[in-house]
Amino acid sequence: MKVKLEQVNKSFPKGKTDSLHVLHDIDLQIEAGEFVSLLGPSGCGKSTILNLIAGLDSPTSGEVYVNDKKVKGPGTDRVVVFQQGGLFPWMNVMDNVTYGLLLKKMSKKEAEKKAMEGLRMVHLGNFALAFPHELSGGMQQRVAIARALVMDPDVLLMDEPFAALDEQTRLILHQELQEIWQKTGKTILFITHNIREALTLSERVLLMSTRPGAIKKSFRVQAARPRNPSDSVIVDLETRVMKELEEEMEKVLKEEFGDDYRLKTSAVRDRDRDYMGDHI
Amino acid sequence: MIVIVTIWEIISKTNLFPTFMFPPLLIPNDPGGVTVLSTLVNGLISGQILGATGMTLGRLLLGFSIAVILGLIFGYLIARYKWVDDTLGFFVTALQSIPSIVWFPLAIVWFGLGNVAILFIVTIGATWTMTVNASTGFKNVPNLYLNAARTLGSSGTHLVRTVILPASVPHIISGLRVAWAFAWRAIMAGELLGGNGGLGYLLDMGRSLQSMDLVLSIMIVIGIIGTIMDNQVFLRMERSVARKWGVGT
Ligand SMILES: Nc1ncnc2c1ncn2[C@@H]1O[C@H](COP(=O)(O)OP(=O)(O)OP(=O)(O)O)[C@@H](O)[C@H]1O
Ligand SMILES: [Mg+2]
Repeated sequence: MKVKLEQVNKSFPKGKTDSLHVLHDIDLQIEAGEFVSLLGPSGCGKSTILNLIAGLDSPTSGEVYVNDKKVKGPGTDRVVVFQQGGLFPWMNVMDNVTYGLLLKKMSKKEAEKKAMEGLRMVHLGNFALAFPHELSGGMQQRVAIARALVMDPDVLLMDEPFAALDEQTRLILHQELQEIWQKTGKTILFITHNIREALTLSERVLLMSTRPGAIKKSFRVQAARPRNPSDSVIVDLETRVMKELEEEMEKVLKEEFGDDYRLKTSAVRDRDRDYMGDHI
Repeated sequence: MIVIVTIWEIISKTNLFPTFMFPPLLIPNDPGGVTVLSTLVNGLISGQILGATGMTLGRLLLGFSIAVILGLIFGYLIARYKWVDDTLGFFVTALQSIPSIVWFPLAIVWFGLGNVAILFIVTIGATWTMTVNASTGFKNVPNLYLNAARTLGSSGTHLVRTVILPASVPHIISGLRVAWAFAWRAIMAGELLGGNGGLGYLLDMGRSLQSMDLVLSIMIVIGIIGTIMDNQVFLRMERSVARKWGVGT
């Protein structure tokens, strides 16, 4: 088993005495070479799970294993593509991408060659000398992806990497990510809000419930590759996942607005009725 | 600017005040008389003003550099260790509010009247703001950068050098700017009282010789240097960093 979470709980301190229970009894297993998506409403704890696997945070209770070893801190066998990119603005694109390679004691020449390959893969070969602030948000995100890929990690942890991209670029990168995965056999944990994205890319989709976050359901996607979003298997799964997710969203909204939630929806209806009445 | 100069000239020529108290800027009041401009030019040519400026700037740079290094070190320790923050950090805020010239009597007793005492005033005047700014910068390094660097394999001094320091640069530059202003004020006060060469000393000499043309010349030099440093050096640095780091505009 490449990645394994056992009975993981995570709470964040809230105020002086209180604490926020974010993850509840998470059991999760990812096999070597598997592509798994984590799907769930905003704030359910997806990024928190990823941070635990990356070793950037430690669980309140339970254990996290990668390669059957307990995770004690960050390591270059697990590289993260962060939700907000996380490029260093004081370095140009090339220096950003070679940052980790040079730390691996690779020679500068070799690192730059490898970085160039990575940049070409995300179609940014001409921007090696640009600074992050000179790139669009989507381009920055692609640099961040290149920076992670060139590290050639065992496990690639991706936190909504394509959320900020336009539809076309996203589709291209979906293709590329699938190719990279098929070619290299990396283990990928992919976080997303987007049901279709999860279904097109992964072999398994884990649906999370919220407050506290837990794995609610697991769907296996048995569609042929390269995936086609209009594949009947995917379309069918999409409706099923959507239904589960809607239930979850309803729960979140109810919690957020309390009893007001019902009141508000009915108020909208009432207003609609009044509005129509005026014109009849 | 022109208006001020004109008004000055007119007042000077009304003989409301004696010429030595209110010297003309450009046009002499009586043939062959002094003007601020001629004193300035002569002073620069003869090397009197130029030499004093060099002396002041030399001291200033030395004191300022020491202050910056101390400020960065203190700032790092404060940001890194909670107990340093609770002790030194608290103390620094108090020290910061003491005008540095207040230290002068102590400095004279400790180091004698001379170069070292002036240097001490300059350093102590700039160190505390630098410390406060540096520690703010170090404390506010975004977690995202730290996490990204750590997952790519960075730690320890490499992390400090490649991420923590550069990420704090915007705060460090505004620290440099304020620290420079403090150092600049401190050295003038120190030289005025310290009597050991430099622009401040020359000012005091101008006062005792009752030659306000010299005093005004020096004030002009001080104003020009101050403006150049602030606008050309620090403000530019601040702007380009703000653009690149993606803060502000
Ligand atoms: N460092 C922290 N301190 C306190 N609370 C935190 C911290 N990190 C996350 N949380 C809380 O934990 C919960 C889950 O956060 P997390 O970032 O994992 O959500 P997410 O599922 O990734 O959401 P999104 O899809 O919006 O990115 C949120 O309610 C958040 O407020
Ligand atoms: Mg998140």
